[in-house]
Amino acid sequence: MNHGRKGERLVALAFLGFLLFDYPLLSLFSTEGTVAGVPVLYAYLFTSWGVLIALMALVVRKSE
Amino acid sequence: MLETPVILVVSFAYLGLLFAIAYWGDKRAAAGRSIIARPSIYALSLAVYATSWTFYGSVGRAASTGVGFLPIYLGPTLMFALGWLVLRKIIRISKENRITSIADFVASRYGKSTLLGGLVAVIAVVGIVPYISLQLKVISNTFSILREYPEIVSPSELGSPSLFADTGLYVALVLAAFTIAFGTRKLDATERHEGMVAAIAFESVVKLVAFVCVGLFVTFGVFGGFGDLFGRAAALPQADELFTLGGPDTGYMNFMWLTVLSMLAIVLLPRQFQVAVVENVDERHVSKAIWLFPLYLLAINVFVLPIALGGLVSFQGAGVDADTFVLALPMAEGQQGLALFAYLGGLSAATGMLIVETIALSTMVSNNLVMPALLRAKASRVTERRDLRRLILGIRRAAIVVVLLLGYAYFRAAGEATALVSIGLVSFAAVAQFAPAVLGGIFWKGGSKSGALVGLSAGFLLWAYTMLLPSFARSGWLPESFLEDGPLGVEALRPEQLFGLAGLDGVSHAMFWSMLVNVGCYVGVSLFSRRSAAEHGQAALFVDVFRQPGEGSRFWRGTASVADLELLLARFLGPRRASEALAEFARGRGLVWSEAAEADAEVVHHVERLLAGSIGAASARVMVASVVQEEPLGIEEVMDILDETSEVIAYSRELERKSQDLEAATAELRAANRRLKEVDRLKDDFVSTVTHELRTPLTSMRAFSEILLDNPELETSERERFLRIVIEEIERLTRLINQVLDLSKIESGRADWQIAEVDLREVIEDCAAATAQLFADCEAELDVWLPETAPPVAADRDRVKQVMLNLLSNAAKFCAPGRGRVAVELRVDGGALRVDVRDNGPGIRPQDQQAIFEKFRQGGDGLTERPQGTGLGLPISHQIVTHLGGELWVESAPGSGATFSFTLPLAGSPVGTTEGKG
Repeated sequence: MNHGRKGERLVALAFLGFLLFDYPLLSLFSTEGTVAGVPVLYAYLFTSWGVLIALMALVVRKSE
Repeated sequence: MLETPVILVVSFAYLGLLFAIAYWGDKRAAAGRSIIARPSIYALSLAVYATSWTFYGSVGRAASTGVGFLPIYLGPTLMFALGWLVLRKIIRISKENRITSIADFVASRYGKSTLLGGLVAVIAVVGIVPYISLQLKVISNTFSILREYPEIVSPSELGSPSLFADTGLYVALVLAAFTIAFGTRKLDATERHEGMVAAIAFESVVKLVAFVCVGLFVTFGVFGGFGDLFGRAAALPQADELFTLGGPDTGYMNFMWLTVLSMLAIVLLPRQFQVAVVENVDERHVSKAIWLFPLYLLAINVFVLPIALGGLVSFQGAGVDADTFVLALPMAEGQQGLALFAYLGGLSAATGMLIVETIALSTMVSNNLVMPALLRAKASRVTERRDLRRLILGIRRAAIVVVLLLGYAYFRAAGEATALVSIGLVSFAAVAQFAPAVLGGIFWKGGSKSGALVGLSAGFLLWAYTMLLPSFARSGWLPESFLEDGPLGVEALRPEQLFGLAGLDGVSHAMFWSMLVNVGCYVGVSLFSRRSAAEHGQAALFVDVFRQPGEGSRFWRGTASVADLELLLARFLGPRRASEALAEFARGRGLVWSEAAEADAEVVHHVERLLAGSIGAASARVMVASVVQEEPLGIEEVMDILDETSEVIAYSRELERKSQDLEAATAELRAANRRLKEVDRLKDDFVSTVTHELRTPLTSMRAFSEILLDNPELETSERERFLRIVIEEIERLTRLINQVLDLSKIESGRADWQIAEVDLREVIEDCAAATAQLFADCEAELDVWLPETAPPVAADRDRVKQVMLNLLSNAAKFCAPGRGRVAVELRVDGGALRVDVRDNGPGIRPQDQQAIFEKFRQGGDGLTERPQGTGLGLPISHQIVTHLGGELWVESAPGSGATFSFTLPLAGSPVGTTEGKG
């Protein structure tokens, strides 16, 4: 795969991240309550962050 | 075990270990077996981002704002997703141009401007010194807190230790020694410090492990896992604010601005630029760091909130500063070993930052502030010195000590006034001011030096007014009324509600105003300012770095001797390395090295790049210019070179297009010419034929008239015969002239058409009757096949009759003599009526079948057969049928007769109605 596609995919992920980590999506999870004992917002942020990093790793690895 | 001597010994043993690792790293590098040339080490060295601000400050921020600490780490993740686009480009540009600091980067981009480089260096120093002081303060505080074990004191209760009892000072001095030892050991054109990077990577591991250990201990040792921890934290009075966003200090706007701020900081902080760009060994390492570095940040942040909540629950009301929870929790639980380890983790986070930041700042100060000043000041006679290496190294070492002591002085002066996190944010916002000039500079060629200067200055001033001054006011250096009522009581100028803009937190407010004027001025001034030749050249080199690698020499023209250049280089790198570097360069280009040779543009450019690594791009330019006879390129020439490629492409495309156009035009012209020639030939033919046709009857008329005149005694019968011939010829002449006139009338469209509904059966019957005598004369039979009824056609009755008569008389003329048979048939064919006139004559040769419709062309061999008729009958018929919207054609095989057919569209059919004009 060429570098161009890799760059495009990573940029798309950056936009996804910006979407996930900001208003208004963030406000959906800014509620009381817990998931498996962990506050919702906290669980959401770390899960989506982890998934984003995994996707970035996937894009980078696939293009090597 | 937490007695003062133990802590001291452990601290210094740790610093000793750092020395050892750095020393080992340098030795390995010298032996050509680099230990840092791998992507994981690169990613770990990037983690110098996580300072003591992360180690202690994140917990402090989390304790008051919940997840409000996270954007500082989410931003870098997003920026690294863009890293392939942004970071890789900056790395490539810096390697191509031997750029060694962010100030050099900006200066170099905007035409190697000394002024701009100096401005960036000043902003960096002013913005970063508080950040440095923060690290020293943390080291000093944590040391003091640990000493007080088992008592847990708050930093504010510690008071200020006397100058000589303050660990902060000693740590600053030790680190200055470390940084001087591993940061300025030699003057290298690449400015890479492998030993230092190895030590930084090691520190990143230490602080991560230490923090995770404390996190695990708090979560699973003090509490019974995440569920228990969060469950008990939910009972805290401020739990709601901690678990959700949208509170006064945790608005979404704040969250977004912090994300943006940290996105910029991860690239623009001098220490990040140092490790990510300058110390980068291989561009490909970026690839792995794209996910590995964010993963590191994720790992070090997982336990931030648990520790913060654990501290809040455990120390409820005990007055323990949340900024020290990481240390205080193990101490409170009696875990002396863990507490010491946590202290070491914080120490490693602080020292890592201090080392890299001071190296980066000292490079900037020496390359962009001191050297340009020395070069400018003629009194210093710096350009005349033989060996400048020691001078430069001396400047850098002094800069390191000065920066660290400045940080220490700020820490002593600011005291306990501000929380850790706000100092860090002040610095972040300061370096974020570089963003328009740097990011704009690598993607937009139009960015100009004046734009960058004005934007940077304006952004910096706004930053100072809205962020730095308020932090001074909180430290008590300015009166509180400055914040409350504005300077001199002008409310509109209140630094935290500038022009009445309220409802934003401090960071969002400052970022909004400073970025607004910074970006606005950068873009606006750039759009309306003239750029010098050097700016044009550098802009193209930066923006198109992936397109035209290493072609900087294109923008230079002049003469210099290799010996002069080598001498110059030797003053900065030492004679041996200078000649090695030049010889290597010559080998790389496949040239034989000779000192007497004239240096070409590429050699000069290479020398300039080598120097740029040591003294900065702007100063290198000045030094090289001093030994080179330069002919500076004019702006037109640079533009020419820049535009050359694109222009040539555009020009050749244009040419191609034009030649295609020309070709098409030529073809059209040629065709038109051919048609004209044909028309001309036809006209000539026509004229000559007509003349010929006119002359034949005239000649015969004249001959017979002369006979009659000369022989009055001629017999009456003879005389009558001759006169009849004369009359026949006159009739023929009249017919010919009528037909020529008729044809020209039809062709020129001046004919008078009486279009009406015509019944073809009637026309055919009339014509058959009219030609009955003709057929009888040549003993031919005429059969007419007509349907019972036929739909009418729209046509001119007389003209159709003319066609029909012409065809019938032709058939009568050409059918086999004595046994001629002519058949006429009428039938409906599609939307038209079709008439066939079939004879059993000799037929028409295929090559004549088209020609007979041309004027004066008759079938058969004109030499042996005497032409009958004028030769205009068929052309006229063809014109008439075509004009009426039908077709006239012939089908024939020689020897078996010919069939002339024509069609006429039915009245009311589309063809029939559209025709009939004229």
